[in-house]
Amino acid sequence: MESTEQPRNISGSMQSPRSPSSHPYLSVSVTDPVKLGNGVQAYISYRVITKTNLPEYQGPEKIVIRRYSDFVWLRDRLFEKYKGIFIPPLPEKSAVEKFRFSAEFIEMRRAALDIFVNRIALHPELQQSEDLRTFLQADEETMDRFRFQETSIFKKPADLMQMFRDVQSKVSDAVLGKEKPVEETTADYEKLKHYIFELENHLTEAQKHAYRLVKRHRELGQSLLDFGKAVKLLGACEGEPTGKAFSDLGTKSELLSIKLQKEAQQVLMNFEEPLKDYVRYVQSIKATIAERGTAFKQHCELSETTKLKEINLDKLMLTRSAKVGEAEIEYREIKAESEEATRRFERIVKRMEDEIVRFQEQKTEEMGVAFHQFAKGQARLANSVADAWRSLLPKLEASYSV
Amino acid sequence: MMGSENADGFEETNLNATKEDMENLDLGVDGDDDPLKKSDVNGDTSNSGYRSAMSTLSNVGDPLSPPPTVMIPADSDPLLAPSSYEDFRSSFSSKPISSDNSYIEPPSYADVIFSPFDENSDSEINGADDSSLHSQFSDSLSRSPSSSSSDYIKITVSNPQKEQETSNSIVGGNTYITYQITTRTNLPDFGGPSEFSVRRRFRDVVTLADRLAESYRGFCIPPRPDKSVVESQVMQKQEFVEQRRVALEKYLRRLSAHPVIRNSDELKVFLQVQGKLPLPMSTDVASRMLDGAVKLPKQLFGEGGASAVPVHEVVQPARGGRDLLRLFKELRQSVSNDWGGSKPPVVEEDKEFLEKKEKMHDLEQQIINASQQAESLVKAQQDMGETMGELGLAFIKLTKFETEEAAYNSQRTRANDMKNLATAAVKASRFYRELNSQTVKHLDTLHEYLGMMMAVQGAFADRSSALLTVQTLLSELPSLQTRVEKLEAASSKVFGGDKSRIRKIEELKETIKFTEDAKNVAIREYERIKENNRSEVERLDRERRADFMNMMKGFVVNQVGYAEKMGNVWAKVAEETSQYDREKQNS
Repeated sequence: MESTEQPRNISGSMQSPRSPSSHPYLSVSVTDPVKLGNGVQAYISYRVITKTNLPEYQGPEKIVIRRYSDFVWLRDRLFEKYKGIFIPPLPEKSAVEKFRFSAEFIEMRRAALDIFVNRIALHPELQQSEDLRTFLQADEETMDRFRFQETSIFKKPADLMQMFRDVQSKVSDAVLGKEKPVEETTADYEKLKHYIFELENHLTEAQKHAYRLVKRHRELGQSLLDFGKAVKLLGACEGEPTGKAFSDLGTKSELLSIKLQKEAQQVLMNFEEPLKDYVRYVQSIKATIAERGTAFKQHCELSETTKLKEINLDKLMLTRSAKVGEAEIEYREIKAESEEATRRFERIVKRMEDEIVRFQEQKTEEMGVAFHQFAKGQARLANSVADAWRSLLPKLEASYSV
Repeated sequence: MMGSENADGFEETNLNATKEDMENLDLGVDGDDDPLKKSDVNGDTSNSGYRSAMSTLSNVGDPLSPPPTVMIPADSDPLLAPSSYEDFRSSFSSKPISSDNSYIEPPSYADVIFSPFDENSDSEINGADDSSLHSQFSDSLSRSPSSSSSDYIKITVSNPQKEQETSNSIVGGNTYITYQITTRTNLPDFGGPSEFSVRRRFRDVVTLADRLAESYRGFCIPPRPDKSVVESQVMQKQEFVEQRRVALEKYLRRLSAHPVIRNSDELKVFLQVQGKLPLPMSTDVASRMLDGAVKLPKQLFGEGGASAVPVHEVVQPARGGRDLLRLFKELRQSVSNDWGGSKPPVVEEDKEFLEKKEKMHDLEQQIINASQQAESLVKAQQDMGETMGELGLAFIKLTKFETEEAAYNSQRTRANDMKNLATAAVKASRFYRELNSQTVKHLDTLHEYLGMMMAVQGAFADRSSALLTVQTLLSELPSLQTRVEKLEAASSKVFGGDKSRIRKIEELKETIKFTEDAKNVAIREYERIKENNRSEVERLDRERRADFMNMMKGFVVNQVGYAEKMGNVWAKVAEETSQYDREKQNS
């Protein structure tokens, strides 16, 4: 069970839905993938079912149809609005064409999307997002409109301003010969950044091997199948008693092949996928770190500019220049902006502190589950293998003595 | 210490680092649990591929070194849970098997750790080691009832050296390789318990093989190693020499395992006589043809008996000899057998034989197929072990990383969980490797029998060529007879006798007599070969059955043992992470 300090103790669908009706809850599930459309434009749609008693939501249950790009929209919005929070990652966009619509891939994606939404629903800040409400409730046309806006080239004016300012600061840096990027250099934060970057490397490697392990299971399964068949054919050539022994051996081999294929799928879903998710999470953190960097730079620059403007203003006041009025207005504006930037930056810092704790705890839990399932699966497989072969031994004895 | 790796170099460095890292790991766990502390220096460069399984195999010693282990008491093996061991025991103890050697329980965990260095010294003579695995296995099988465990003959090939042909030319002679062939035996034929060595070159082996083929027609003689001219040019010299050494050893051991051939003069001479091999060398095809061409005119145009095949040569096939005329006649006969309208005088009427031949052919196909799939299986097992090991290693690195950088307790918990998983993965990886080296040994029986199938084909071929000789001779007789009759008829018309015709008749009659004799000899030879075929095939069937049963049992027992070990290892981790069991919580 996760511990989160939250204003409202909202339980989600990840916990057992045994909360009394007065206890606030928000539970979401992503289900029923359906292939729609034809050819190149084909895509998968999902049913998103929301059950809640929160007042902000329309009614106790709502079902909407969403597609992958809608999830992307939600994530992008949250990323924009909740800087400093580690936004839960999405599964990758597209896989190899022919794999894209395989049953296993679709199921894995569905599960990942389900986890995505639920993580948002369980997050103390994110769960209150208006965009989340839109995502969970808006009808499909509205959703399409929103989504279209987001991906369109015509960005909102605020975004344009931001882009302009970014370019401006880069140019001025170059002009002023400021080679050094402005960065936080506190020891703790340095440590954290180093940790996150290193962690990604380690996790990527682990995930790579996990994926290979899945392949190995499949390969071993295949070779057992082929071996079983070959041995059976060999048995058919030989007379008794060897023939029967070979035939039994082959049958067992084929049986184990099936078990191996099953286990391969389990390892993929319950072990490799969580590791991939871990990697994605770390990448999301890196994006947040980048955001923090940007915010820090803005805060620094605006602080500096404010100081300069203040000095200028003081100068003007001393000389009783006519421009004082104008300068004063400018100064106040800049000061407000600078304070806003500082606030934004500090909010990110605060959020990140909480998020790191949350992240570590969440990951320990999720990895623990993954390890446990992996170990159980491997133990189960090994026992099946042992049982299957062991059952042959008395028969082998019997046929030999004949 | 596990520093963090450079992301780009990951792939390469990790593969190479894997084995070393596994040895140097210090997880700080108590000795019993930690297999990583015990050194496991196999020195294998872990490339994937079956070939590396073989080379890995050759470096890992044989944990099941002779004498073959008997049941290991349950308490010495902490990993075999008592209950599973009971099953094990009960399935065997009820029916005593004919030989203790016919299957071997997988070694207990403790043995496995130390045994790579504990190779019994008597399994190696003069430093040869890898082939000992094969020979130990074949030695430990109980095959034909005649070989009791006290008789033994053990041949080792070692110590390849370059030597130079003595030559009078200015340029100097060819260089060639000789091998030291050491025999250890207690067979009376070799003069009681003794050990002796000779040096031989590959050409000598060819000679041996050819002489054996002549003396033991109809027998299933193990095929000799290839001359493989192309390979010798493509491979590195050292690699090639080593490959050949292994092949020679296998060949000689197979020869000495054959109940009849082991007592042959040819083999004895080959193994014992110092210096030059005193067996008549085989001549190459070109010089044989030359000799034959010289003889041919005499055969065609010459006097009397010259055209009849000498009786003593009848016992050898035409193909390998110098008698071109005979070769031609038999060729003609075989063509007429296949395409001619009339049935040959003596037909292979033994239906049983024809069926057997068909069956042998099928069997060979299936053995080839099974042997190929066995190779794939071995490769898959090896890959699984490798990847499992790499996964374990990656997690060990993660563990160290998290531990070093831990700022929260949740991290420490996670690091601990990872360590448990990693340890298990590394153990499992070792199990796969061991499982595999055993599997290779067992399934190698299939490869062995491929060689034997070739030997069977050789035996059948002997029979066919002997039959062809008989047929050829038989079909000659009527035509000779007819010629005599014609000449006699013609000669009787001439008053006072026809001197030249009469002489011709005499010659022909002599030829007929020779041919009759040859025919009788040929028939006797054919019958002899038939009998050899029969007894050999019977012996082979019997041995093959026993060997295949042993193979299966060994394979299965091995799989069970290691699956149990792995199951235990993973069950432990499942236990250690049981607080994360969601199924229990939600029920």
